[in-house]
Amino acid sequence: MLEIKDLHAGIDGKEILKGVDLTIKPGEVHAIMGPNGSGKSTLANVLAGRPKYQVISGSVTFEGKNLLELPTEERAREGVFLAMQYPVEIPGVNNIYFLKAALNAVRKHRGEEELDAMEFLELAREKMKVVELDEVFMNRGVNEGFSGGEKKRNEIFQMAVLDPKLAILDETDSGLDIDALRIIATGINNLRSEHHSVLVITHYQRLLRYLIPDFVHVLSNGRIVKSGGKELAEELEQKGYDWIEEEVA
Amino acid sequence: MIRERAAETFAKLGWPTPRIEEWKYTNLAPLSKIDWRLDEGGRTSRPPAGETPALHGASAEFVFVNGRLAEQSGERFAAPEDARHYADWERNAMVALNFANMQDGARIAIPAGTVVEGFIHLLFIGHGDGIWSHPRNQFVVGANAQVAIAETYVGTGAYFTNAVTEIIAGEGALVDHYRAQCESLDAYHVGNVYIHEARGASVTSHNIAIGAALARSEVNVALAGEGSSIVLDGLFAGTAKQHLDNRTVIDHIKPHCESHELYKGILDQNARGIFDGKIIVRPDAQKTVSRQENRNLLLSESAIIDSKPTLEIHNDDVKCNHGSTIGQIEQEPLFYLRSRGIGEEEARNLLVYAFAGEIVDRMKVEPVREQIRRALFQSMPDRLPERRGGAR
Repeated sequence: MLEIKDLHAGIDGKEILKGVDLTIKPGEVHAIMGPNGSGKSTLANVLAGRPKYQVISGSVTFEGKNLLELPTEERAREGVFLAMQYPVEIPGVNNIYFLKAALNAVRKHRGEEELDAMEFLELAREKMKVVELDEVFMNRGVNEGFSGGEKKRNEIFQMAVLDPKLAILDETDSGLDIDALRIIATGINNLRSEHHSVLVITHYQRLLRYLIPDFVHVLSNGRIVKSGGKELAEELEQKGYDWIEEEVA
Repeated sequence: MIRERAAETFAKLGWPTPRIEEWKYTNLAPLSKIDWRLDEGGRTSRPPAGETPALHGASAEFVFVNGRLAEQSGERFAAPEDARHYADWERNAMVALNFANMQDGARIAIPAGTVVEGFIHLLFIGHGDGIWSHPRNQFVVGANAQVAIAETYVGTGAYFTNAVTEIIAGEGALVDHYRAQCESLDAYHVGNVYIHEARGASVTSHNIAIGAALARSEVNVALAGEGSSIVLDGLFAGTAKQHLDNRTVIDHIKPHCESHELYKGILDQNARGIFDGKIIVRPDAQKTVSRQENRNLLLSESAIIDSKPTLEIHNDDVKCNHGSTIGQIEQEPLFYLRSRGIGEEEARNLLVYAFAGEIVDRMKVEPVREQIRRALFQSMPDRLPERRGGAR
């Protein structure tokens, strides 16, 4: 599904990713862990096509297509979804209208019929329940006046509605209490299937208790320095990141 | 006679040019070269539907074609008894020109204590090249009376509208005023609004400018009674080579008055927008609260905005703040919308519309608000989405 080869990328002329290789197959859940500044968020943003990040070299193939050539919206329509670390507030753009427009853009791209207002509302209500978001949020501006936890739940809600092939979660667990964490994990677990893949980017192991990954990778100084199964996450939780950096060095 | 005296005054003052401080950014001298004429006869009926926006739900409607009353429907009102002029025809050349050529207009007195249901709609239709019109409207709103007034300006051709509207709000009166300038893109428009408020009066005025090749909108507010307040909203959206000049003067004359002003500009292509907003706080106007904000969105490299907020404060017992910003479409929201699959063009449209929405959403009279929403879509077809808030 996703194949990253020797990816070098950065921001403001500074190289942050220094040769990342990663392959994700359909149905797999991968976790990327690592200390602050290791390049985790850079990887997430480069995959989603955030303009201020520059790709220096390497390739990213998604479902056989050169992902790096596609504009941001095309990536989303192809089925890449980024749950953002800091979702922006957009007053004046109605949440539900925005999501309906997004879903219909995605459906159109897939050759599916667009949903009308009633059909969309039905779908949205069903998905809202999963993340326990109240309907009153839906008629506000995008993320407007949402708490940190509500913003994260809104990201997962959007993900559930858009039904992406690859969901990338950029520190979605940060700043969440245990209840919110469980809700978010449920939302992600609902998406899991043999056709859906998930890339979880996190600093902590907490989320991975509810969302069992198939593979865990450690990103350090712009490179994946260690990969393993779910037990690697527990080891990192107990021993921290220092031992890996020492091991690598 | 006022007509003759106003004509003499205009002859003396002449067409405004940037030599006058109040007209720093706009020159009307080229208009003097056109041999303008009044529409003295011919069509006084409403042009066929389609040319004019339908506005349902008005309790009274006046339709003016080239400055002459063509139709009147709904509730009837008496004319004001007080013939005093609040518009400053002795110093404002365009008001003098209006008075000298004064045509029809709505002159309405709302008796004290009366609540007018719905809203009163004045529809001005300009039609034909070289025609000028000089409508004059006056609303005298009695003590504790309540009314909503909407003025709409539309038309076809290279005509010139020079309108004056006076709103005199009595003690404790509540007035909700809308002015939608949606003139033909070949037309010229000058609008002078004078608002005079007595003790405890409360006026909200929404001023929309999206039409005309060249437009000047001037709103003068006199907070002449203790505890009176004004909410002054403006939205100007220009594209192509439109020139939209907006000047406001809020004069705090008495103590305990409040003014809240927000003007927003959206300028695309080679359009030029001007916001010149002046707040005066007189020596007697203690405990004044005044907030003034002008925010502008430039959508192209060649669009121009001149923002000139001015505070003139003559006592120190006041709370005033004002600010002005000029920006472009922000990258973070744009990326967010695109990252969900919305195309760049549509994402931009959504953000432009959201910017305008803050002003539009504050309009309380629904048919007027929706009319302005539609007019915005039509005026900037490349920029604004078909609709918003569809799924409810």
